[in-house]
Amino acid sequence: MPYAIEMRHIRKEFPGIVANDDITLQVEEGEIHALFGENGAGKSTLMNILFGLYQPDQGEIYVHGKKAEIHNPNDANQLGIGMVHQHFMLVENFTVAENIVLGKEPKRFGRLDMKEAVRIVRELSERYGLKVDPLKKVEDITVGMQQRVEILKTLYRGSDILILDEPTAVLTPLEIQELIEIMKKLVQEGKSIILITHKLKEIFESCSSCTVIRRGKMIDRVKIDETSPEELANMMVGRKVNTQINNAPYEPKEAVLEIKDLVVQDARKVHTVNGLNLTVHGGEILGIAGVDGNGQQELVQAIAGLAKVTQGSIALDGKDITNRHTRKIIEAGLGYIPEDRQKHGLVMNFTVGENTVLQTYYQRPFSNLGVLNHSVISKKAKQLIQEFDVRTPSEKVLARSLSGGNQQKVIVAREVDRSPKLLIAAQPTRGLDIGAIEFIHGKLIEEKKKGRAVLLVSFELDEILHLSDRIAVIYEGKIIDIVNPKETDERELGLLMAGRKKGAEQA
Amino acid sequence: MNQLLKKISWMTLLIPVISVILGLLCGAIIMWATGYDPLLAYSSIVQSIFLQPYYAGETIRAMIPLVLSGLAVAFAFRTGLFNIGVEGQLMAGWFASVACAIGFDSLPKFILLPLSILAGAVAGGLWGLIPGFLKARFKVHEVISTIMMNYISLYTTSYLIKTFLFTQGERTPTIPPAASLASNFLANLTQGSRLHWGFIVAILAVIAMWFILWRTTMGFELRSVGFSQDASQYAGMNVSRNIILSMTISGIFAGLAGAMEGLGTYQYMMINATFTGIGFNGIAVALLGLNTPIGVVLSGALFAGLQTGGLTMQSVAGVPIELIQIIIALIIFFVGSGYVVQWAWGRFMGRRHKA
Ligand SMILES: Nc1ncnc2c1ncn2[C@@H]1O[C@H](COP(=O)(O)OP(=O)(O)OP(=O)(O)O)[C@@H](O)[C@H]1O
Ligand SMILES: [Mg+2]
Repeated sequence: MPYAIEMRHIRKEFPGIVANDDITLQVEEGEIHALFGENGAGKSTLMNILFGLYQPDQGEIYVHGKKAEIHNPNDANQLGIGMVHQHFMLVENFTVAENIVLGKEPKRFGRLDMKEAVRIVRELSERYGLKVDPLKKVEDITVGMQQRVEILKTLYRGSDILILDEPTAVLTPLEIQELIEIMKKLVQEGKSIILITHKLKEIFESCSSCTVIRRGKMIDRVKIDETSPEELANMMVGRKVNTQINNAPYEPKEAVLEIKDLVVQDARKVHTVNGLNLTVHGGEILGIAGVDGNGQQELVQAIAGLAKVTQGSIALDGKDITNRHTRKIIEAGLGYIPEDRQKHGLVMNFTVGENTVLQTYYQRPFSNLGVLNHSVISKKAKQLIQEFDVRTPSEKVLARSLSGGNQQKVIVAREVDRSPKLLIAAQPTRGLDIGAIEFIHGKLIEEKKKGRAVLLVSFELDEILHLSDRIAVIYEGKIIDIVNPKETDERELGLLMAGRKKGAEQA
Repeated sequence: MNQLLKKISWMTLLIPVISVILGLLCGAIIMWATGYDPLLAYSSIVQSIFLQPYYAGETIRAMIPLVLSGLAVAFAFRTGLFNIGVEGQLMAGWFASVACAIGFDSLPKFILLPLSILAGAVAGGLWGLIPGFLKARFKVHEVISTIMMNYISLYTTSYLIKTFLFTQGERTPTIPPAASLASNFLANLTQGSRLHWGFIVAILAVIAMWFILWRTTMGFELRSVGFSQDASQYAGMNVSRNIILSMTISGIFAGLAGAMEGLGTYQYMMINATFTGIGFNGIAVALLGLNTPIGVVLSGALFAGLQTGGLTMQSVAGVPIELIQIIIALIIFFVGSGYVVQWAWGRFMGRRHKA
C-alpha cells in the first residue's frame, strides 16, 4: 500500500541556515506519525513545505502514492492536507462556526447560510467528540478549544491528512489527554496524522511510528513498539540525555516577594485574584500549581505591574511595588518569562540582538546619553546565543525567523542573564526540546543557588514537582495550600487543584 | 545562502523602481494616444532639470518641503502610526514661522531666523501631539483625528491671517529679511530660481530621522512600540508616551516643511482656500521611498523633478501639466499594488523552480 504522505529528499535553505537537508518522511495510511527533533531541527519548515507555504529547493512529495505539486495551501487543501499551526490563525471576534467555514461558506441563494454552517459544525464536532460550541466567539474560548476549532477547520475542508504542529505545547494535561482521544478517533475514521511534539510520553501514548530529525537531517524512522523513550531522546540530541534533575538543597533566605491580601479584578470586574497571600524567599523555587484560569495569570501580571491591584500589597525585596510602573518594578529586580512568547516576550520584527536588550537598552553599557551602542549590544547577544545554544544564523536576523523553541530560548536567556532578585517563570519550557528543558531547569536551579527567588508557574506537574522547594496550590484566586513536593504526588496535587483541602471533605 | 537575503531586499527595492517605470510608460501611452510626442515631452523634462540651472534650482527648492513632509509620514509609519495630518501640521508650521518672523521683526538675523524656524517646528509638533494624545488617552484612531486636524488647521490659519496679519493680495505681509532663508547667492547661481537655504534644514532632518530611529534609545522605544505594544509594555516601556512622542516628532518634520515654504519659497503665507497638497504628496513620497530616509530623498527628487520639469514639458511639447499629476498618481497606484506584483513574481519564480 502506498504511503499517505511521502516526502523524498527534501532540501530547504534559509539565509545562513539549511533548515531541511535531504529529509525523507513516510507516513502510512491511518497512522499517527510523530515528527521528533530538537528546537530548530526543521520540523515546522518541513511541514510548511508539505502544506505549500514554502517551496522546497529540492525533493519530491507524493500524496497517496501520486506525485504532487503543492505551491500554496490551496493546493494542499485540494489534496486533502490540513494543518494546525504552532501559532493559531483564527479571527478572534468571529464565532467558532464563522471561523470554521471561512473561505468555503455554505451558501443559500448566494448568501452565507449561517444555520447550515452551525449545523455542519455541530455534526462534525459530535462525530469526532470535539465538543465545541459553534456560536461562541473565538476570543471567549480557551486555548484548548481554539485548537479544536483549528482541527475542525481542516476537517470541514475534507482533509484526510492532518498536520498538528506542537498542538500540546499550549494545552493543560487534561486537554492533552482529550486531544489524544480525539486523534485516535480521527485515525479510526481513516485519517492520517502527523504529530509534532517534544513530549515523549505523548508519542508513546498515541503514535505508531516516528521520524527523528536533527539539525535539518533525518536521523531515523522507527516503529514505536520497537523503541524506548531513552533511545528516542538520545537519537534526537545525539548524546545521552539526563532527564532526572539534580536539584540543589533547599536553603531559604530572607523573603524577596511578599504578597498580602491581594485582589485583582479583570475587565468584567470579576475578582480573579481574591485575597491572596504568598511569600517567596531568596534561595527557593516556589511552584504554583493550579488548573488554568484560577488566577495564575492575573497574579503574575499584578506583580509585574501589568494588571491593576485593587486591594492588598506586593513588596519586592522590602520595597512596595504595588501598582508601580512596570519599568520601576523591573529596575527593582524583577525578571519575567511570560507565558505567550510571541505576543508578550518578543518584538517579532526586532532582531534577536535588539530583543536581548529589550528592557536594558537605555542602561549602560548598551547606550550612553541616549545613544545606542550597537557593538556592545551585538556582543551581548552573541554571548547569550552561545551560552543558551540559540540556533540562529546570527544575532542580526529577526526574532520572527527563529523556530518556536529558539524564540523561547532568547527570552529565557535575556531574563536569566540579568539574574534578577525575583524571576517569574511562566511555562518557561513550553515548546522546548528535552535537551533545552534540561538546560533551562539547570539555569533556574543555578539562580536559586545564587540566592535568588524563583516563582515557577507551570501546568506540567512533573516540572513543578521536580523543581520546586515548596508548591503553592492556587484555586479560585487564593492560595489554598502550600505543600512539600517530597511529601506529595500528582494525585494529591490534582485533588488540591480541584479545590479539595487536605483532610477536609470539600473546600 | 546569501542569495535569498539578496532576493528579498532586491524585491523590495524593485517594486518602487518598477512602479516608476510603469508610471512613466503609462504616461507615455496616454500622451501618444492623445496626440502628443512622449519622447519629446520626457526629454524636455530631463533636459530642463539637468541642463538648465533655473529648473535645477527650482527642483531642489520643490524637494525641500516634499522631503520634509515625506520624512514626517515615514517617521510616524516606522513607529506604527499613520499620520495623514502632515498637511495640517505643515500649515500650522507655515503660519507660526511667518507670524513669529513678522511679530519679532526687530530681532537680529542670528536670533530671528532660528527662532522662526523653531516656531514652525513647535507649531507642527503641537498639531501632531494632539492626535497623538487622543490616541494614547482615548484610543481615537489617528487617521480620523489627523484628517480632522487638517481642516481645523486650514480654517484656523485663514482666520488668523484675516484677523491679525492681513494685507493686500489675500495674504500676510512679507517677512523681514532677518527671518528669510532666501539667498541672492543661490538665486544667482541658478539663474534666478527661488532656491533657498532651507535645503540644509532638509538634509539635517534626513540625518535626524535616521539617527533618532536607529541610533538612539528613544528610537528603539518608538520602533518597539510601533511593532508590538504588548511586548513593549511587558518590557517596561510607556506605550502612551511613545505614541504621543512619535506623533509630535512627525509633526515637527511637517512643521519644518511649512516653515521652509514660509521663510524660504514664498516669504509670506497666503489665505489657503484649499489644502496645499504638499502634505498629501508627502504620503506618496514616503510610500515610494519605502519609509527610509534615503528613499524619501530619492522619491522626493523624482516628484519635484516631475513637477518642475512639467512646466517645460508644457511649453516644449505642449503636453498639459495635469498629465504630471496623472503620472504621479499612476506611480503611487503601482507602488500600492506592489504586493500584487511581489506575489505574482513569487508564483512565477515558484513555477520556474519546479520546471
Ligand atoms: N522564514 C524563515 N526565515 C529564515 N529562517 C527560518 C525561517 N523559518 C525557519 N527558519 C530557520 O530554520 C530552522 C528550522 O526552523 P523550524 O521552525 O523548522 O524548526 P522546528 O524544528 O520547528 O523547531 P521548534 O521545535 O523550535 O519549533 C531554524 O534555524 C530557523 O531559524
Ligand atoms: Mg516549530
